Formats: sequence, structure tokens, C-alpha cells
Amino acid sequence: MGVGILASRAIRPASRLLRSQTSNLSLRTIVSKPELQSPEAAAASQPAEPPKNQILPPRNPVGGARVHFANPEDAIEVFVDGYAVKVPKGFTVLQACEVAGVDIPRFCYHSRLSIAGNCRMCLVEVEKSPKPVASCAMPALPGMKIKTDTPIAKKAREGVMEFLLMNHPLDCPICDQGGECDLQDQSMAFGSDRGRFTEMKRSVVDKNLGPLVKTVMTRCIQCTRCVRFASEVAGVQDLGMLGRGSGEEIGTYVEKLMTSELSGNVIDICPVGALTSKPFAFKARNWELKGTETIDVSDAVGSNIRVDSRGPEVMRIIPRLNEDINEEWISDKTRFSYDGLKRQRLSDPMIRDSDGRFKAVSWRDALAVVGDIIHQVKSDEIVGIAGQLSDAESMMVLKDFVNRMGSDNVWCEGTAVGVDADLRYSYLMNTSISGLENADLFLLVGTQPRVEAAMVNARICKTVRASNAKVAYIGPPADFNYDCKHLGTGPDTLKEIAEGRHPFCSALKNAKNPAIIVGAGLFNRTDKDAILSTVESIAQANNVVRPDWNGLNYLLLYAAQAAALDLGLIQQSAKALESAKFVYLMGADDVDVDKIPKDAFVVYQGHHGDKAVYRANVILPASAFTEKEGTYENTEGFTQQTVPAVPTVGDARDDWKIVRALSEVSGVNLPYNSIEGVRSRIKSVAPNLVHTDEREPAAFGPSLKPECKETMSTTPFKPVVENFYMTNAITRASKIMAQCSAVLLKK
Amino acid sequence: MLGRLAAKRLLEIRQVFRQPPSQASRSFSTALNYHLDSPDNKPDLPWEFSEANKSKVKEILSYYPSNYKQSAVIPLLDLAQQQHGGWLPVSAMNAVAKVIEVAPIRVYEVATFYSMFNRAKVGKYHLLVCGTTPCMIRGSRDIESALLDHLGVKRGEVTKDGLFSVGEMECMGCCVNAPMITVADYSNGSEGYTYNYFEDVTPEKVVEIVEKLRKGEKPPHGTQNPKRIKCGPEGGNTTLLGEPKPPQFRDLDAC
Repeated sequence: MGVGILASRAIRPASRLLRSQTSNLSLRTIVSKPELQSPEAAAASQPAEPPKNQILPPRNPVGGARVHFANPEDAIEVFVDGYAVKVPKGFTVLQACEVAGVDIPRFCYHSRLSIAGNCRMCLVEVEKSPKPVASCAMPALPGMKIKTDTPIAKKAREGVMEFLLMNHPLDCPICDQGGECDLQDQSMAFGSDRGRFTEMKRSVVDKNLGPLVKTVMTRCIQCTRCVRFASEVAGVQDLGMLGRGSGEEIGTYVEKLMTSELSGNVIDICPVGALTSKPFAFKARNWELKGTETIDVSDAVGSNIRVDSRGPEVMRIIPRLNEDINEEWISDKTRFSYDGLKRQRLSDPMIRDSDGRFKAVSWRDALAVVGDIIHQVKSDEIVGIAGQLSDAESMMVLKDFVNRMGSDNVWCEGTAVGVDADLRYSYLMNTSISGLENADLFLLVGTQPRVEAAMVNARICKTVRASNAKVAYIGPPADFNYDCKHLGTGPDTLKEIAEGRHPFCSALKNAKNPAIIVGAGLFNRTDKDAILSTVESIAQANNVVRPDWNGLNYLLLYAAQAAALDLGLIQQSAKALESAKFVYLMGADDVDVDKIPKDAFVVYQGHHGDKAVYRANVILPASAFTEKEGTYENTEGFTQQTVPAVPTVGDARDDWKIVRALSEVSGVNLPYNSIEGVRSRIKSVAPNLVHTDEREPAAFGPSLKPECKETMSTTPFKPVVENFYMTNAITRASKIMAQCSAVLLKK
Repeated sequence: MLGRLAAKRLLEIRQVFRQPPSQASRSFSTALNYHLDSPDNKPDLPWEFSEANKSKVKEILSYYPSNYKQSAVIPLLDLAQQQHGGWLPVSAMNAVAKVIEVAPIRVYEVATFYSMFNRAKVGKYHLLVCGTTPCMIRGSRDIESALLDHLGVKRGEVTKDGLFSVGEMECMGCCVNAPMITVADYSNGSEGYTYNYFEDVTPEKVVEIVEKLRKGEKPPHGTQNPKRIKCGPEGGNTTLLGEPKPPQFRDLDAC
């Protein structure tokens, strides 16, 4: 009632004074023009087409994309808004428009998922077509004239947007997707400013998908991107579209948590705020965050990420596009372990007192103590162990320092005695991660890629789906998200295949591009040489290593392993740790602390107070991967650099700087003082580590390896990663990872 | 003026709320689009096709190509529903998924799409009243309220003795014999399953049918108007009384 009076007052001028003045002003009412009434009238009122000989400005494809012509003779020509483009045969109208530089709005279409065509936002006008055409599904035919900015196309978009917003709740202020929401952006750009919906909006009950994905299903626009992602990319068929009509609900029907290791990617994929990140809920808006493009170190894949930070705090981690490594996806561990960076951090140098408790001291004192002790032990009693998250610079400086002190005992976690670092092919993924797509047969030996390197697993899943590749597996029973034949559990099966007795051998011989993936967990076995030489003989017998195709791959476990092996950090003697008197642990938490003798002096340099800290005598705080600039090499030999996103904690310093300072205090001054100096030193040892964003394939193949005389033992292969969510110091300190491992692991 | 318009609109909105929920939401499905565990409907309860039905399953699968077993999902779900007394527990849907070798969610999608797949318990005789326009203007709403009043249940509920439940159905093609109900008879498992139409019903007639079913008799299906034969008018056909005339041109049978 009150609204009516206010409204009528607005129309009638309040005072008589104004009334005299407003007689000149016309009453501002809503005016409609004939062009706005119908698309035909609008088309009629448009000016005539521009003259045919007008030169149109050149256009670039959307996002700087490059078009790959599989058969250059098969290119067809279509016209987008009068502009002629050549596209490969089989491209859809939407892709042709993208080549022409026109970005067509869409909700359900995603370049890496199958085409659904149910949102209808991509409607464009095609000449000689009776109705607008869904450009994401319509193949481009030669000579097609596509028009994207005509009144028909605009009216179609406005209509679709009006329909989508009909049942969409007014949640923008409380929705996490605000600011980066496709629906918001496209309704501003393509929607109309008024709606006609006056009924009740429907609401949908929220589903419980786990501790990582928050669901507010009322906001869902039923684009089915998450359903297609789950069944195609993640390989788990959990989500589906239930019901019909406006009552459709996306869900799992029975309450089932999303246990897939790629489940966090549905958060990126969902165009609205229906699926959002539960740990990031209500924490920040996307315009407050500073994005830093860096590399992930939770596994050996080196996925490209963008660290979004607000001030000194990392708020969330988002994937970056890298076609060769991780495409657009990252695993849950990469995405959600950032909250471990805020807990259990070492911030001050500490020395253990005589009563066993740690006392915070200054850097000068701590380094002085270490420098003192290191001169009191014999050379070969000094041991340096680099951790799984160490960057190449710090490992180089550590090796130089330990070598200058006279000791050769410096190695990286995960490389047991006798690991061969002479020939690079024996520890790299020689096919390269993107090359795995061309394989038609996979043999996985002692590796469970789903928990060891989730992105490699996603690539295998993609290959299996696209070209029906076959996968065979030797190892402990594990579950895979693609069809996989379990051949056996241990070296016996390998022997059978090598001798040609196993039924799998025929499949191996007939495969055009076979790929063998050996897990780095096998490096820890005593019969490692025998196993690896058996694998190489299998590769030899089945033409796996050829000039045009190298299918023999080794899947490393840790981010630091490849660089460590390139730099030469290998364990020379098995008893080095037991007879050590001075142990320098640079972030090494997986070391068996019981093996360290009771009277050894242990220095722990790292960023988290994880496991090895409790044995340390001196603690030197270092910076984590989000706080330093470091070089990491991934399992295929691709060198990448992390970029500091947030300032480090307390008094912590970069790893290599600490070791350099220690060398100064110990009197063995290392010849470099800046990171460029370290890098030029690395260049003389392993030049591929200085060529960032480049992949250096192995130079020599298995033919150079000496023969191995040992025999394999019969112990079956053991699983390497027990708990996917807790593999390094950061993930062990993370609350989100703890929740995931409590709830999501398969019991 | 605006005040009056606003008040009228407010009244309209209030009326929507006052409408009984069954008519306002008009959902045809007996259950929600997500599963809630109950003592007789849990994923870990075992369920499999009976021995007699296993051969029917093989026969159904033979109708479709062997690499497209998924096409058999609808007939198999129907068979499972008949076997289980008119409704599909989650374990039955899982069993069907195993037979056709797809993930269970694909079967759940199909079962929630079609309203004739009951995912909640229904009575042994599931009475479905056609509610589409031709029947509605001939009084199907009265038929429905007569049934609901007589049985003392709401739409979708089962009577205490587990014998009857009432639902609404789409047009079943008996518009000439409107209004009509159909009775899905689940009392004899999948062998004795019948789905019969009772047409030209009146509120009294429909109560009679219900009572006959309660006693276990089989009332005659088809039109309940004794003066009609099938869909013909009362008093016999008035058209199509004789044989069709032969064509006016030459005698085709002669050659």
C-alpha cells in the first residue's frame, strides 16, 4: 500500500513550484521504439549492408589460440560476420567463430568435454536457416554465412538469459562465485535489463559431495558440465541429472561423496555458484586476490597453478592452462593443501638445549654452532639429505657444500642406493606426458598413477577414452578409473612377460605405440637392477624404444627427484646414515629417523615442524614453495620455476641462502653470492635446469646400459603411497587434507 | 490506483500459498529426486531377479545389440518393478545396472525421469486417474477426490492394509470414454501383472471397482457404461454400418 503512494508521488511532482518548471520537461516515461518490438522490424530499420569491396580489418583467434590443420587439404571456408576464415573440416560453428575472433557466450559447452547443447546460449544466426542454430553442436559447412551480432541472435541470447534467470536464486551477495561468475558476466553482456517472471522460484535440496565441494543446488542451471566431467575426465560415474523439467537436480541419487582425486575441478567448471570450494567458502572475493603464476610441488608432475593470495596469506590455488602437462586440471592435493602453509611453520632458528628443549636464537648463533660442530667430525661422517620439496638451486648448493667439506654422502629422498643417474632415460618419463596420448597400450609396473601422479592418470584416462587404449597393470590390487587388466602382483609376472610365456605378450607385440610406465617406488628395492633390466629387455623385445617413439617411462614420486638425479645427488653407500655423525636434513621428513645414530648431530632446515624436526639439534627455518623462486624439474624433464607469491614466515630464509651462509661460517666459501651465480653453477652441471619451460629429452637409450647379472626376488610389489592426501610436510600439516583422508579414502 | 493493484497482486500471491500442496506442485513422481534410506529401501539390501524372471531378462537382452545392453534399461526396470510389487528399491536399480553393465547412476537417471517408475512404495493395486484436459472437463477431479475420500489417503500415500494407492496419470488415449482410471495390478508379481483401463467411470462406479478389487475379484475392465460397446456411442454405432464400397474404377481383383 505504501509503495503505491510513493510510486504515485514520484509521477506527480510534489510541489507546485516544481510543477511550473516541469511543464517544459516532458514526463519521463518508458518509451518503446518500433525497432525494439520485433526482430524483423529491427532488421528492416538497419542500414543497408556495407559495400562488398570494403576491406575488413584482420582478426585474431580468441585467446591467441592457434588452429591446427590435421589435413590442410580438408580446410573449409566459412564467413563469420562477413569475415572469411579457414577452419579444418569437422569444426563446429562455435569453433569457427573463435578462430574468427568472435567469442560466443555459452554455459554448457566446454572445449575439453563432450558437446551437450542444452543451454542454448550459443545460438547464432546462420543464413538460410529457419531458426537460430546452436553453434556448439552444429558442424561448420563450407560456405556457411554465420552472423553473431544480428538482432535475431541478440534476441535469442536475451531470451535464453531470461529463462536461465527465472529459477535462479538472488544469491549474488552470498554466492562465492560472484565476481567470477559466468552467469553474471553474460547477463551483463548479453542479457536484457528487465524480466517478466512473477511466479514462485523453485528450490532444490543441497547434496553432500564431501569436504571439498560445497553445493548449493538451487543455483544450478543444469548445464551438465559436472556430469560430463565426472564421467569423462575423472572416470568416475557418480553424478547424474535426475528428474525432469524444471525439477531437474544434479546429484548422486544415493548419498555418495566425490572420492575422485580430480573432484576439485568441478569447482572451476561450474559456471555458476552451485559447486564451489568448501574450504574457500566466504573467505574472499576474487577481485581482492593477487594471482601469482607458479608451479605445484606436491607431486612430480609440476602442474601449473595460480596462487591467489591476499596480503601474506594464500587464499586458494587455481589451475593454469598448460596443454603439455596438466591441461586445465589439478588434483585435489594440489588444490586444497594450501592451508598447511599456515600451520606448524618454523619461523626462528632454534637450538636444542641440554635439557632437550628448543630455544629460539639468532641466525648468527645458530650458524656459528653448526659451523663449529661440522669441523669436529670426520669428512665421511657428514651426510646431507635433500627433501622431496627442494628446488634445484638449494640442492646444488647443498651438494657443493657437502662435497667441499670432503664428503660424498649427499642424496635426495626417494633415491635409494645404486640408483643410476648416469643415463637420464632411466629416471624420466621419456614419452612426455602429452605424448602418452598417442599410446595404444599401457603397461604399468609397480605404479598406481592415480595416487602417485594424478595428472598422468588423467592423461591415461583421456587416452583410454579417446582411442580405446588398453591398460595392463602389475602390482598390488588398486582401483583405477578406467578398465585395467590386473596381470599380477610382482616380479614373477614380469619374468613371464620377458620370457614370452604370458598371454599379454601377444598384445604387447601387436601394439603400435606401447608405453611401459615403471614406478619410482621400485627404486627402493634391493633387486632394483634386476627388475629394471627385465623391463628393458621387455622394451627391447617389443620395439618399445624406437627413434620415433620412446615408450619406456619412469614415473617419479617427488618434485625434487628429477632435478636431484640430474645434479647427481645419489646415495653411494648404504651405511652412510648409520655411521654419520653430522646429518643435514634439508626438508627431508621421510628419512627413517631411527637409523640416525644417537650421538649424531642433526640439523633440520625446512619450513614445517613435521617428523624429522623432533630429532634435530638445530633448526633452521626455510621458506616454502609459495615463498621462494626455485627451479623444479618434473618427471618428464620439463624445467619450470616457482614464483614467490607471499612473503615468508618470521625469520625464515631461502634454502640455498642458508647453506651459502653456513658455508661462509664454516670457512669453505662457495663461489657464488646470488641466485644467478647458483644458476650458472647449475648450468655447468646440468644445463637443462637453466632452460626453463623447456623439456630436455634423454639423449641416450637403453643400449648403453651394462648388463645386469642379478636375479629378481619374488616379493610382490608394495603400494608406494599409502594415503594420497598426506604425502609431504605441507599436506600433513593441512586440516583440509586431514578431513579428506578421514572421510574420502576408500576403506 | 497503484495501491489497489499492489494489494490485488499480494492477494494472488497469498492464494498460491493457500492452495493444497498436491495441486500446487503437481508432481507425478511418487518419490523425491534423491534417495533417503529407509528400512526396506537401502542399497545394501540384496535384490535379484526371480528365477522365472531371469529367463525373461535374457529374452529382453536379446532384443538389443550385445554392445548396447544399456538400451534394455527401461524394460528391465519395468520387470523389476512388477516383481517387487509395484515399486523400485535402490537395490533393484543397482541389480539392473549390473545386468546391463553400466554405472548405477545411469539407471537412477532413467528411473527418475519417467513418472511410471515408482521409487516409493505403492499399493498392490495402484489406481491412476487420468487428469488431462478431456478427462478433466468430464469430471476426473471428482473421480480423484471420490477415491481419495473413500480410501482415506492423500495422493501418493498407501492405505493401511497396503492394498491401494492413488496417483495421477497423463492422457491414456481414452478421451472418448472419459473420465477413466487405470489399475496397475501388482498383487500377483510379474506373472500376474495387468494394467487395465476402467473407462466411463463415475464417482460411485469407481468406489464399486475398488471394493471389488479389495475382495479379490476381477471387475470387468473397459468401459463401465453397459450401454456402450468399447468406444462406440450408446445405442450402437451410427456410422460405419456397412462394408466399404469398392473403388469406382475397374475391378482390381479380376486380374
